[in-house]
Amino acid sequence: MSARGPRSTWFWFLAGPALLGFACFNLAPMAYSLWLSLCRYEVVSPPRFIGFGNYAYLFVHDPSFWPSVRVTLAFTLTQLPLSIVASLGFALALNQPIRGRGFLRSLFFLPSILPQAVFAVVFVYLFQADGGVLNGILGCLGIRGQAWTTNPAWALPVLVTASMWGFGYPLVVFLGGLQNVPRELYEAAHMDGAGPWERFRHVTLPLISPVIFFNLVMGTIGALKVFDLAYVFSVTQGKPPGGPARATLFYGLNLYEQAFGYFHMGLASAMAWLLFAVVLVITAVNFRLGRRWVHYGD
Amino acid sequence: MDRRHPLATVCLYAALGLGALFMVVPLAWMVLTSLKTFPEVIHSPPVWFPSAPQWGNYRTVMAGFAFYRLFLNSLFVAAMVIAGTILTCCPAAYAFAFHEVRHREILFGILLTSLMLPAQVTIIPLFRVFSAIHWVNTYLPLVVPAWLGGNVFGIFLLRQSFRAIPRSLIDAARIDGATEWTILWRLVVPVSMPAVLTVCVFTFIWSWNDLFNPLIYLQDESMATLPVGLLYFINRSQQIASASADQVPWQLVMTLATVMVLPLIALFAFVQRRLVESVASSGVKG
Repeated sequence: MSARGPRSTWFWFLAGPALLGFACFNLAPMAYSLWLSLCRYEVVSPPRFIGFGNYAYLFVHDPSFWPSVRVTLAFTLTQLPLSIVASLGFALALNQPIRGRGFLRSLFFLPSILPQAVFAVVFVYLFQADGGVLNGILGCLGIRGQAWTTNPAWALPVLVTASMWGFGYPLVVFLGGLQNVPRELYEAAHMDGAGPWERFRHVTLPLISPVIFFNLVMGTIGALKVFDLAYVFSVTQGKPPGGPARATLFYGLNLYEQAFGYFHMGLASAMAWLLFAVVLVITAVNFRLGRRWVHYGD
Repeated sequence: MDRRHPLATVCLYAALGLGALFMVVPLAWMVLTSLKTFPEVIHSPPVWFPSAPQWGNYRTVMAGFAFYRLFLNSLFVAAMVIAGTILTCCPAAYAFAFHEVRHREILFGILLTSLMLPAQVTIIPLFRVFSAIHWVNTYLPLVVPAWLGGNVFGIFLLRQSFRAIPRSLIDAARIDGATEWTILWRLVVPVSMPAVLTVCVFTFIWSWNDLFNPLIYLQDESMATLPVGLLYFINRSQQIASASADQVPWQLVMTLATVMVLPLIALFAFVQRRLVESVASSGVKG
């Protein structure tokens, strides 16, 4: 133990700031926000304990809670499968020996390092009624375009399309997984007479299942907490947030509005904890299910 | 491997071409729009190319909209955040890689859970505390967490890279009487320079793009960073043209967006290989 003494002192010295930061900016606020979620707290007066009142209000009375849950679910259930399929598909294509492969990889990855605020303004303008690219292309085909962003049926698909601009990130993660598949396995499968589909199904898929899993977990969490895209979209529309007709009232946007628009901080804390609980549950379920289909090597 | 069918090759290239278009067209459209006049940007059918490039848009945005200020604000915050991240994440990563204490791995696992924690959970308490100590409307709420190892993903990446250093090298330095502090900055960090640079780049991107925190903490317009400035700009132009809400001056919005994106693209041009590789390996190891 004595030999370990100074060494472990160094550990606390070196890791101390990070651990302190974790305690100050993650743990303590988490606990505090759990407490606030059980309080009526609207900034002007100090928090007052009301038990599960906020949660009950959200589930039963709040007019915006369920609509925002619905929007976020609809977004997640369309964006996540689209982005997983597109990124896996293009990763497979970019894993082939083709010309300009390195350049294409970088090109596909590039948009995913740009700010979500830029995603929002660029796509809102692409889908703009007058001057937008989409209506221009449709016009060339003789189809009358429309004001996509102000149509409640189309506003969310516009945002799904916008967020698809970032599928280069999961694509590159998939590429990392694909490059880890040993070539010999493909050759062996080929010798055994396996066609391209069998090789994909029985060699590629099992071996990249850890990265599929990783992308699934990260993609779900990312989709559930969307804020920037929705907020900037609302600002470009110059109307109350979440429009048209609550079609883009994402959960994260609704939470922000409750907290910093109406100063219903207790209510917003309850929303935040519900979000966190859902993230935890989904991650846990993913890990549970993952045991059945994710194959970890070594 | 069997030879690809020619038709399959055609399909492959066609699909890749379409995908590449989807990536390029929005960017190109953003830049082209930034060079148009207002009548051109709301013209239907759309005007693909500006009749004469309006470089004046850039002058308008820079002069009329305290743009230099915003740019410098963003740069300042990013620089402070990067400095703090390197100064506190490197030691933490070193400690978690080479110092044995009980339950170290569990502790590291707990630290990593903060990657899953939505910012919405901590923002309200933090806002309350930061208001109480008068940090709202200063850069402290953006910068201080970074000086306390706030970039857990950075710690994770650095630790991965540090662990590749042979233990014997560290032990040799210890026998030579070097302190842990010296070993870290004179041996471990220089040897892991690629990873350290990658973390710097990721931190820059993250700080440069951040909208949520500046939106909440910076209420004074002259303090704004670029993403928040973009919002102020759209807001203000809508108030001026309040008669019709969809008269956003898109050419100027796209000018701002282009300027915001340029440093990222320039940076990307230099570090693209490394960045792509580290993202590629994050899923495999993670």
